Amino acid sequence: MPAVRGDGMRGLAVFISDIRNCKSKEAEIKRINKELANIRSKFKGDKTLDGYQKKKYVCKLLFIFLLGHDIDFGHMEAVNLLSSNKYSEKQIGYLFISVLVNTNSDLIKLIIQSIKNDLQSRNPIHVNLALQCIANIGSKDMAEAFGTEIPKLLVSGDTMDVVKQSAALCLLRLFRKSPEIIPGGEWTSRIIHLLNDPHMGVVTAATSLIDALVKKNPEEYKGCVTLAVARLSRIVTASYTDLQDYTYYFVPAPWLSVKLLRLLQNYTPPSEEPGVRGRLSECLETIFNKAQEPPKSKKVQHSNAKNAVLFEAISLIIHNDSEPNLLVRACNQLGQFLSNRETNLRYLALESMCHLATSEFSHEAVKKHQEVVILSMKMEKDVSVRQQAVDLLYAMCDKTNAEEIVQEMLAYLETADYSIREEMVLKVAILAEKYATDFTWYVDVILNLIRIAGDYVSEEVWYRVIQIVINREEVQGYAAKTVFEALQAPTCHENMVKVGGYILGEFGNLIAGDTRSSPQVQFELLHSKYHLCSAATRALLLSTYIKLVNLFPEIKNRVQEVFRADSNLRSADVELQQRASEYLQLSIVASSDVLATVLEEMPAFPERESSILAVLKKKKPGRIPDDVRESKSPQPNSIPAPIINSTNNTNNSSADLLGLSTPPGTTAPSAGNGLLDVLGDLYTTPKISPNTVQQNNIKKFLFKNNGVLFENDIIQIGVKSEFRQNLGRIGLFYGNKASYPVLNIQPELQWADMHKLNIQVKPMEPVIEAGAQIQQMLTAECIEDFTDTPSMTITFNYNNVPQKITLKLPLTLNKFFEPTEMNGESFFARWKNLGGEQQRAQKIFKAQGAIDLTATRTKLAGFGMQLLDGIDPNPENFVCAGIVHTRVQQVGCLMRLEPNKQAQMYRLTVRSSKETVSQEICNLLADQF
Amino acid sequence: MMQFMLLFSRQGKLRLQKWYVAHPDKLKKKITRELITTVLARKPKMCSFLEWKDVKVVYKRYASLYFCCAMEQEDNELLTLELIHRYVELLDKYFGSVCELDIIFNFEKAYFILDELVLGGELQETSKKNVLKAIAAQDLLQEDETVDAALREVGLL
Repeated sequence: MPAVRGDGMRGLAVFISDIRNCKSKEAEIKRINKELANIRSKFKGDKTLDGYQKKKYVCKLLFIFLLGHDIDFGHMEAVNLLSSNKYSEKQIGYLFISVLVNTNSDLIKLIIQSIKNDLQSRNPIHVNLALQCIANIGSKDMAEAFGTEIPKLLVSGDTMDVVKQSAALCLLRLFRKSPEIIPGGEWTSRIIHLLNDPHMGVVTAATSLIDALVKKNPEEYKGCVTLAVARLSRIVTASYTDLQDYTYYFVPAPWLSVKLLRLLQNYTPPSEEPGVRGRLSECLETIFNKAQEPPKSKKVQHSNAKNAVLFEAISLIIHNDSEPNLLVRACNQLGQFLSNRETNLRYLALESMCHLATSEFSHEAVKKHQEVVILSMKMEKDVSVRQQAVDLLYAMCDKTNAEEIVQEMLAYLETADYSIREEMVLKVAILAEKYATDFTWYVDVILNLIRIAGDYVSEEVWYRVIQIVINREEVQGYAAKTVFEALQAPTCHENMVKVGGYILGEFGNLIAGDTRSSPQVQFELLHSKYHLCSAATRALLLSTYIKLVNLFPEIKNRVQEVFRADSNLRSADVELQQRASEYLQLSIVASSDVLATVLEEMPAFPERESSILAVLKKKKPGRIPDDVRESKSPQPNSIPAPIINSTNNTNNSSADLLGLSTPPGTTAPSAGNGLLDVLGDLYTTPKISPNTVQQNNIKKFLFKNNGVLFENDIIQIGVKSEFRQNLGRIGLFYGNKASYPVLNIQPELQWADMHKLNIQVKPMEPVIEAGAQIQQMLTAECIEDFTDTPSMTITFNYNNVPQKITLKLPLTLNKFFEPTEMNGESFFARWKNLGGEQQRAQKIFKAQGAIDLTATRTKLAGFGMQLLDGIDPNPENFVCAGIVHTRVQQVGCLMRLEPNKQAQMYRLTVRSSKETVSQEICNLLADQF
Repeated sequence: MMQFMLLFSRQGKLRLQKWYVAHPDKLKKKITRELITTVLARKPKMCSFLEWKDVKVVYKRYASLYFCCAMEQEDNELLTLELIHRYVELLDKYFGSVCELDIIFNFEKAYFILDELVLGGELQETSKKNVLKAIAAQDLLQEDETVDAALREVGLL
């Protein structure tokens, strides 16, 4: 057993030794359980424990916790220790609390009281203990309790430096929990002036606080820029002996320098004050100059600290993006690091250069390092470094080097790590499209992608190549020739078959003149792959075949033979069966004119942002440099840059995921089954891609209580609700579909009519792990009838990108219906009674589709009223009765829905004892059938 | 801002954990388990930084112990590495060439030293001298208390 420092607790040391001597996991658990039982009995026993014993047991509990076991008692004893007059006991109490106590524990009041007492202490060590506790676990409650005291401690002249340091960080913690606690006015300048404090530790702590304040309110704290530059200037010009203990391995105050450089990145370069700007430039120059000096020590700590400051300075230069010479200098400096023997430096240099590549001033300078970066991609031993190199190549690519970079990336793809292949495929596809001056090159690249990494080529990529070929006449013949050649390979990836099938179906005629690729040959080549493909690809090929029939009548018989084959015409797959039989009929029945019209060449796709780019952005938010250069040097031959709203990554991507199709609403061909869509609804019911269920279609929840309320690529929100009388209970289930945790999720109710419908939202956990689901309960009480629908705004962070979703809650007045059974007589008696102008509401509306009485019936059954059969003389009419329960009254309500099949219209009549209820029920049901 | 710091052994045993963000215990355990596995799987010459979930992980191995910090995106990686080093230096100075056992048996001290260096996820004091001074002052208070207690026991106070 090693020596125990301070006032060693022998019992604890013995216990730890015992645990370490355990031969097996079981023995360890046994020993721990024995100890837990012992401690429990000590805490429960009637003999009062003295402070030392309490401290010892609390410490043992802490140790057991560290071993990974749950601790569910001892909290009270720890809180007791806080009020001990012995420092060592107090300290252990605080330690236990900061490690083990939840911020919403019921003990928090007691803890706050103890902290209050300690803050009053004359001994600064006690004060600091209390401050450290707040800084570590500070909550909203604490912000309330200490919000006035701590700012005073921070700026008061009598506060000792060590206490000031803790107070600054303590305040930072509380500010993060409740931003309103920082007083404004004169406090602002007093806090800013901490940057001038003679004590470096105080400045270091205060800079973190100021950085957070600035982020919240940059205008108010603007004065900090001048002070920060002044302070930075004093540090960078200091010799390493000046700052004594704040010099770290010959580097003067690296931590403070970095914090100041960070702080300055909250502002644009100080332009109003040329003096400040000049001084800052001098500082940055000095940092570069020092980087060139021979090292003062061979220790890695020296170079790390020095380079840390340098990297932060480069970050600031990139942020300011205003001084070309500094940007170029930064680039040269980073270039040196690319061949440094430290992996860490190479990694950071690649990362930082990626940002430099996006500045117009340094883009060219970055390009000089292309060779080394390509080598990094190929040779680095660590995949995360290779990844950075790929990112940088992507960022430095422009039309002058695109061919080479794409070529290198393609070559590397053959051996690349599986973890980065998919992303590389996307990047290559984007670069090839963006910088293609010759689209035959683009087609070659994409087909190579499919050949090399077919499994990683997502649908978006092959959709896109088809879009482009269809839109560019000059490349169509080449594309047809190239896919034809590619399909000659004995084995080719299914994605190749898809692209080949689609393109030959459209443009096979362009190469049919050559006997080597005559219609028969084309058809047989495609068909030789047919049996190896999945059903989706076969379906696509069947469409290709009928298109070939149109292009080359001479192969009609052979194609019909294929359609007639049992494996198609009687396929177990209903889609294939349908296509085979319908295409067969089409080829038999239709005249060549009709065939030519139906199977006309695809119209051009509307030009818009590459769907692939959207996918990449979603995959790596924040890591795809925004292309600043593009606007400055438009590509003469490139596709017009579409406008995209990058913040709106839900809706946008939903449309883009469909890839080939035009925005919803127009009848346009959609992926793969182009022909079918030309024929329209005749053949298939419209297919909805699973990714498009993004908007919450609240209307359908009129008729049901459970289901998926919202869904996008990150999150799925389901709902389950039940209602009784005027009360309702709604469970929302938030599921994280993605591969990173959803953080800081905060649902906020948007509902103005609380006096009509009172909704209580229960708290929930702020984090959803990848693949996990959490639930949140809401309760609702209907006080009187209401019209609007409450909504909820849900904000969260996903992969560091803030997201916001607004959705309607399935809370409509009809949820508070109680169905009422009645016979015909009483129904019509009441119906007549409610005949007044104020009581009824009526709407006549067009049916949403063909009138389907069964569907209407199912919907009405879920609406909440009682469906009354055999009452209305016309059996096609629907009548319903129900009572709306509210706290203040119950409102009887009758409804009649009359379908008119000939006119495809419905007439809806609602009668109730309250005008607003009739209106609302009528509004809810109108246009629903 | 630092989100959390973990110290664990080459065998994957957790020796110290300090969280500066509030997570439920279950999540903390999951993060700890996953991160330890990830870091232990890395080879010696690999880069000390990795992008992991939504944090930037900076780690370094000292003898049998891994020191591992989860930082936010804008934090400076190299300096985090040196923060770890400074912590190791402090432990070393305090314990006199520190080893894993010192931290196991005196985990509370390791926590106290960390609290003087980093507070609420932000660096508080970088001066080695000042941190050690603060810890010495704490120890002195404890010793006084121990002496008092001993004196009281023999009836001298």
